[in-house]
Amino acid sequence: MWRQIIEITVMNLRNLPARIGASSVIVVGIAGVVGVLVALISMAIGFRAALENTGAPDRAIVLRGGSGGELASGIGITDVAIVETMEGIVVSSPEFFAIADVPKRSSATPANLVVRGVTASAFELRPELRIVAGRGFEPGRRELIAGVGAIAEFAGIDLDADVAFRDSSWRIVGVFESRGDANESEVWADLPVAQDAFRRSGAVSSMRVKLDSPARAAELTRRIDEDPRLDLALTPEVDYYSAQAAGLSALITGFGNVVATIMAVGAVFAALNTMYAAVSSRTIEIATLRAIGFSGTPVVISVMIEALLLAVLGGVLGAAIAYGAFNGNTISTLGDGFSQVAFDFAVTPSLIATGIAWAVALGAVGGLFPAVRAARLPITTALRGE
Amino acid sequence: MSRLSLVWSSLFRRKIRTLLTLLSVVVAFLLFGLLRSVADAFTVGVDIAGVDRLVVSPKYSIIDPLPIAHLNQIAAVSGVTAVTQAGWFGGIYQDRSKFFPKYPVDPRGYFELYPEYRIDPAQLDAFAATRIGAVAPKQLAEEFGWQIGDRIPIEADIWPKRGGDRNWEFELVGVYDAPTLEVQPVEFLFQYDYFDEARQYGTGGVGWFIVRVDDPAHSAEVARTIDALFENSPNATRTATEAEFAMQFANQVGDIGLMMTGILGAVFFTILLLTANTMAQALRERIPELAVMKTLGFTDVGVATLVLGEAMLLCLLGGMFGLCIAVALEHQIAIAIKGILPTFSISAGTLIMGALLAAGLGIAVGLVPALRARRLAIVDALRGH
Repeated sequence: MWRQIIEITVMNLRNLPARIGASSVIVVGIAGVVGVLVALISMAIGFRAALENTGAPDRAIVLRGGSGGELASGIGITDVAIVETMEGIVVSSPEFFAIADVPKRSSATPANLVVRGVTASAFELRPELRIVAGRGFEPGRRELIAGVGAIAEFAGIDLDADVAFRDSSWRIVGVFESRGDANESEVWADLPVAQDAFRRSGAVSSMRVKLDSPARAAELTRRIDEDPRLDLALTPEVDYYSAQAAGLSALITGFGNVVATIMAVGAVFAALNTMYAAVSSRTIEIATLRAIGFSGTPVVISVMIEALLLAVLGGVLGAAIAYGAFNGNTISTLGDGFSQVAFDFAVTPSLIATGIAWAVALGAVGGLFPAVRAARLPITTALRGE
Repeated sequence: MSRLSLVWSSLFRRKIRTLLTLLSVVVAFLLFGLLRSVADAFTVGVDIAGVDRLVVSPKYSIIDPLPIAHLNQIAAVSGVTAVTQAGWFGGIYQDRSKFFPKYPVDPRGYFELYPEYRIDPAQLDAFAATRIGAVAPKQLAEEFGWQIGDRIPIEADIWPKRGGDRNWEFELVGVYDAPTLEVQPVEFLFQYDYFDEARQYGTGGVGWFIVRVDDPAHSAEVARTIDALFENSPNATRTATEAEFAMQFANQVGDIGLMMTGILGAVFFTILLLTANTMAQALRERIPELAVMKTLGFTDVGVATLVLGEAMLLCLLGGMFGLCIAVALEHQIAIAIKGILPTFSISAGTLIMGALLAAGLGIAVGLVPALRARRLAIVDALRGH
């Protein structure tokens, strides 16, 4: 039995080159499905990674109650002082958040670049942030440091370039990296200078706080809720960013699955077509094998193996194309906070595995029916040739 | 036997093969119909935009307010026949996932600028007269089951009321729609005057102005004049046509059009290869048959036309079914993705483009076999080499 399977399979595969044109239809069809699936989902994974990397378990964000995001939020100076002195807060960083219209490199139309005004404690709070070129901004001067994502996506945002926000000119004096997170899509400036330039003196947008332990968050959330002086809400950064990522990444994943499913239907038809043709061109050969004593099962299995091999080849090809064309490419989109978030396509090993699993499933469906037909061929009619 | 039925019967000579090929073409065009429409939905603002309307927005950032005092200065610019204001309220009705845009507007001014929006005059009067009045697009009112007179609670995210209260309540006094537009409006409108008085901060600010010009040919000049007027003030403006304004938002999301084109490219390349392979296979099997037809007196061109016609018929049938399925699914998909793309619909343009593409695909896959059929020499073919 095993010998029969191996012999027939080897024989099939040896004459595969003779059917190269028809067989390539399976490979290309499945490569198309897997390529589109992997490319789309790698976008969702990359977007989620950029946002979720931004948060740390022992940090939290404080916003005005009900505001949902930094852009809509505002916190008065007196409230900042109250929160700063709460027990359990190790570092607190009042931050100003605004968006400026700057053209994107890809479209030349204006898009929302985040300008974040910070004090020295913002850097203390985020040890992952490193200046990789130039220097930090000097307090009191109209200087900016730009994240690598902002530089990749926005026209005119370059080291040592002057950019015009409002009526004034700002100089970009440094470039920073931050684990590929959402902060990298922003430009940062000295807090009072930014507030003044955006005419928003006297209030900040949000506060970032570092807690003495992640477990402290729940208690602080309750204390702030219960404080009658404060209309604020404290959210752990991890929760805040995963909520921001959830909508868009679910949308892209859903879209990718729907498109790939529809394409998969087409690819299965193509695979069926090819395998039926492969079986029918070998009618006499199969019938001869049956006549000299090979049973039906090895024939079925050999056809299935051929379909699966072609499918896996297609899956690998599709995933490889998606990896080569997209992995690490930076793009940006409008995030939940009404600001541009730059992120990289992330073709992960588990995503490639998912793609190849799809390929195997498609190959199995595409091979099964033709294989069964091959096994059921009535020997005598088949031998007579059609 | 007519030409068409000859094409038909040779096409369905191998039923399973033709059916499978046909179905994959159907799938390709189903995807085409849906993806093209998704791309359209992102740029839809461009299509509904009136050519004689301009949008005046803050020059530096969309979050800056413009002073309402700009209104009179803009109205005085020569070439401007009407001007009104609108703004972004944000706000949450029930929960964040059920988002729809909400604008504080001047009731009469807004509907004057958008004559394509149809509202009952008595309801418009009520809107102008009711301090907490609001009007909703008909579709939105139907979706949430709102009746005239209902109180609609909206929780503020950007704009709390004075004193920090986040709960706004509006009274629905009318509904409107836009019978002439393919894509219906989605914005919930309420009185600017009430909003401005009641809000905690930002009094006297608006989001953007909408301007009508007397002649679309004057648009560029009027836009320059308006921007020049405020250039050296702390509230500089950027004036663009409605189409440009809408494009800015579409482009912010990313190059959706390019992405959809990329996916469709992959789909069609696959289908092209598959169908071309089937057609070539079909031709190979029928070489003796074609030779017989030529012997019987069919011309070279006649035989080639039959082969090409077969490919065309296959692709056109597939294209037609695919697009029909897309249209049949349109309504359900529109409901499913309404929260994200409220303007999803399959336009006549997409259907026409799909039909042309189907014809093009037919030619692309049929041309080579047709030429081979034309060149076929009777003697060689009959010998069955």
